[in-house]
Amino acid sequence: MQSDIKRLSLILLFAPFALWIALLIILPHMGMVVLSLREKVAPRVYEFGFGNYIDFINEPIYWNTLLRTGSMSILVTFLALLIGFPIAYYIAKIAGKRSRGALFLLCLIPLWVSDLIRAFGWILLLRETGVISSFLTDIGLIKQPIEFLYNDITVIIGLVYTVILFMIVPLVSTLDGMDNAMIEAGYNLGGNGFTVLRRIIVPYAMPGIVSGCIVVFMMTAGSYLTPILLGGKNSSWFTEQIYDQFITRFNWESGAAFGFLLLAFTSVVVWIGLRLTGQTLANTVAKS
Amino acid sequence: MNTATLTDPALDPAYDLECSNIHKSFGAVRAVDDVSFKIPKGSFFSILGPSGCGKTTLMRMIAGFEDPTSGDIQIKGKSVLNTPPNKRNVKMVFQHLALFPMMNVYENIAYGLRCIGTDKAEIERKVRDVLERIALPDVADREIHQLSGGQKQRIAIARCMVMDPDVLLLDEPLGALDLKLREAMKIELKLLQHQFNTTFIYITHDQSEALVMSDHVAIMNEGRFEQIGRPEDLYHNPQTSFVAGFVGDSNRWSGRVTAVEGGEYRVETEAGLVMTSARAVGQGISTGKEVSIFVRPEFITARKTSSEGSGNAQNALQGRVDSVLFNGANSRVLVRDPVGELIEADVVVTGGAEDLRAGDDVTLEWSAAQTMCFAV
Amino acid sequence: MKHKTKITGLMAALLLSTASIAHAETLRLLTWGSYAPEELVQKFEERYPDIDVEVTFSNNEEMIAKLRATGGAGFDLAQPSHDRIHAAQMEYDIYKPLDLSKIDTSVMETSHLEGVKANTTIDGEVYAVPHQWGTSGLMANKSVAPDFKGWGDLCDPKYEGKTSMRLKRTILLGTAFSMGHDPFAAYSDLDKYQQILDEVAEKLIDCKSNIKAYWKGGDDLSAMMLSGEIVASETWDSTAYKLYGQNKDIVFVPPETGALAWIDTFALPRKGKADDAAYKWINFVLEPENVTIMSGSTGAIAAVKGGLELLPEDKRNAVTAAFTDADIANLKFFANIPAGVEDMEGKTLEKIKAATGG
Repeated sequence: MQSDIKRLSLILLFAPFALWIALLIILPHMGMVVLSLREKVAPRVYEFGFGNYIDFINEPIYWNTLLRTGSMSILVTFLALLIGFPIAYYIAKIAGKRSRGALFLLCLIPLWVSDLIRAFGWILLLRETGVISSFLTDIGLIKQPIEFLYNDITVIIGLVYTVILFMIVPLVSTLDGMDNAMIEAGYNLGGNGFTVLRRIIVPYAMPGIVSGCIVVFMMTAGSYLTPILLGGKNSSWFTEQIYDQFITRFNWESGAAFGFLLLAFTSVVVWIGLRLTGQTLANTVAKS
Repeated sequence: MNTATLTDPALDPAYDLECSNIHKSFGAVRAVDDVSFKIPKGSFFSILGPSGCGKTTLMRMIAGFEDPTSGDIQIKGKSVLNTPPNKRNVKMVFQHLALFPMMNVYENIAYGLRCIGTDKAEIERKVRDVLERIALPDVADREIHQLSGGQKQRIAIARCMVMDPDVLLLDEPLGALDLKLREAMKIELKLLQHQFNTTFIYITHDQSEALVMSDHVAIMNEGRFEQIGRPEDLYHNPQTSFVAGFVGDSNRWSGRVTAVEGGEYRVETEAGLVMTSARAVGQGISTGKEVSIFVRPEFITARKTSSEGSGNAQNALQGRVDSVLFNGANSRVLVRDPVGELIEADVVVTGGAEDLRAGDDVTLEWSAAQTMCFAV
Repeated sequence: MKHKTKITGLMAALLLSTASIAHAETLRLLTWGSYAPEELVQKFEERYPDIDVEVTFSNNEEMIAKLRATGGAGFDLAQPSHDRIHAAQMEYDIYKPLDLSKIDTSVMETSHLEGVKANTTIDGEVYAVPHQWGTSGLMANKSVAPDFKGWGDLCDPKYEGKTSMRLKRTILLGTAFSMGHDPFAAYSDLDKYQQILDEVAEKLIDCKSNIKAYWKGGDDLSAMMLSGEIVASETWDSTAYKLYGQNKDIVFVPPETGALAWIDTFALPRKGKADDAAYKWINFVLEPENVTIMSGSTGAIAAVKGGLELLPEDKRNAVTAAFTDADIANLKFFANIPAGVEDMEGKTLEKIKAATGG
């Protein structure tokens, strides 16, 4: 009797979560799978087949864009880690208890503004007649105004800026859980700063690093606005490709296939990352 | 220390660690105030004091995590003030051990050797050797979380000892263990220290740990060393009222000297008890001075007033047993004296009819020699 | 007893309120940004107090995508361009035929009406009527680019790094015309059309280094043009007219091969629920005084008789400054897009976007 009640309450508690997963995640994705396996043969006539995936393989533009998106996302992830780690370390280990909250809040502020507004902020700063270019001309450092926008470096800067918080948060929480004595022990036993970082702090923070990297990589590879608005003439992003398939070319079938290819591609990258760092998904997600 | 006997202190230092006039201030707070001491080679030295007395700060200065505001620290006769912590041959066992959870036992112990660039075969040999010496030869491949509390303790010590340090610092490493294990580890630590024959500096607020294990103990209070000595000296010949009160149990009164007579002092407590003391510690104790009076419970005999006394005790009080605290060989009675205070006295409880019971009228007796007075 | 009456009262009130909700109709418009100015919406709701107007702003592609997703539900009136109806209806069946008797077609400019009807008649049923028309062409800052006159000038090294275009089908068609082709004529022969597209792609890839950036919406185009970062661009005429109001040097330039003309239409989504309200809206916005308000907001010319005269004065000046009668005669109306062309054009655009041209 008692155990029946327990089981019932467990089911009731679990139900909303299961429904959410099933209705909002699994079901739409199944629909997308079905959609991606439909080949259009004539108006309102479709056949089952892998044509949309074969199209992808046969068209270098598509997989080049995917590889480009992937490699740039990896670069963004790496930069976010490189910049985020010292910030997280400062917040978790060096800053005083009181300033810690304020610093964390400072990191959060950009999130209060929408993606679009942030991208426009960058545009205002970086355009040829924008704040930075005019400032540099005014102080005489450059003769001609410079266009900072519309190139890959700007896209990368914009993306790093957008995602870095998602790197900092898990890092702070893992580093926060690290006993300072561990670092002192590292020095005490003869390690220099680099050894302590490499052999103690980084391995300890590895779950946070990996989970931050997963989130950041996924967000970057799936971002749309920032690469489109800041990107140049040549900087196509795979999400833009998907949007074009769905919206401008009315080709939902191949858009769905592209969506799955992006999902598969990012999953493979994450899997490789987990293998290389010797972490498990459960471990990283639980720790941070 | 007679420097003439030492030809070259660096070659033949009689002391592993020497601190002279160490001060440390954090802003306006003086954490460590003019502390000087020397620790002979191979001894077990404890620093005992209440929390917040500055003992951890002192230890961190020795390890190099803090710099003294003034004063000098010498290890094996050489000042280490300008040596960074990773270059000092002083190893530390942290309060929560700080074993590295992402490495296994072998890696934990090998870490230090790797840092100083020992070659692989040598590391292997040394790690096996130290595991052998701490009697845990088979745990090398275990993960840290698979070890018991006592095993972790020993690994933490082995991790330091494998580096062959001049001084090993231990920062209350037994604090996190349960009582039974703590008792066992006390003995084990002492044995390990003998085995490695390395100078241990042990920091604790637990007097029994310090008294049981140490060759020498320094009592620290408010940033200062009150007294350094062998455990039995500190117990029997405290030099300050703080030491008398902190080390061991005592009955304590505040009072005033009413008469001085041939090395004996008549004192009267605030509540009006009158007693005689033959041991006054400190300068200028004379008639009219305020004093603190300490009498240890084991020097007070309690007998039923009806029974026959020896009659040679200089101090005697009538009272009534308030309660009996049975603890085997360390049993005690609480006796309410005529002015209403409770006085502790050790008793032997045999289980027989002559044992004291609550409500019995008793006479308390102790000698003037065991009545210690300290100038306030 | 008293209690009971209270409850009945409450129920009655509830019934009444649901009844009144059911009575008030909602007209859900799916249209272009600025095609439903607040002033007109208020005026419409005052005249028909029972109708609430809800507006969703969109563009040709998204309108079709939205209606396709629901099979034509969720909106009561859509306003795609005239060339976007035939293929979308054939492919996805998202519109329903119009009842022309409910629309006052007499006020419409006959040529536009007949053109749209011809374009959107399927199985004898008419699916759209014209609303406003405008052109896509070029704009230039006459003070720095006085000789700018054709699509090809966007790629003139004289203006290196100072021109812009939108990477959509308009520029493909414009460039094709400038290269001496007639892409609309090639719609009937898709192999031929592919050939034209390949040539166009080559030309536009070469042209990439000449271009500062591809604009994405009227706002970023305006900002680049006003700040002087670019001196000429492919543009919608309405954007050019707006900028003319702020800087008289910036004018719309009908390309020498002819500006590309589009007509935005009225069409009923297949599962629309408020057809009567939709017809009311159509007739309402075609009334002369409302045409002026609408054109003032959109910058486009209403497809009614004398539409040019009904423009607000500043817009009329901008149009007359840009167009000669010969230009008007030379307009190239977008032809219906046959199935498959969107895919071909899409691939071409992707090729251009992905190419590294500097």
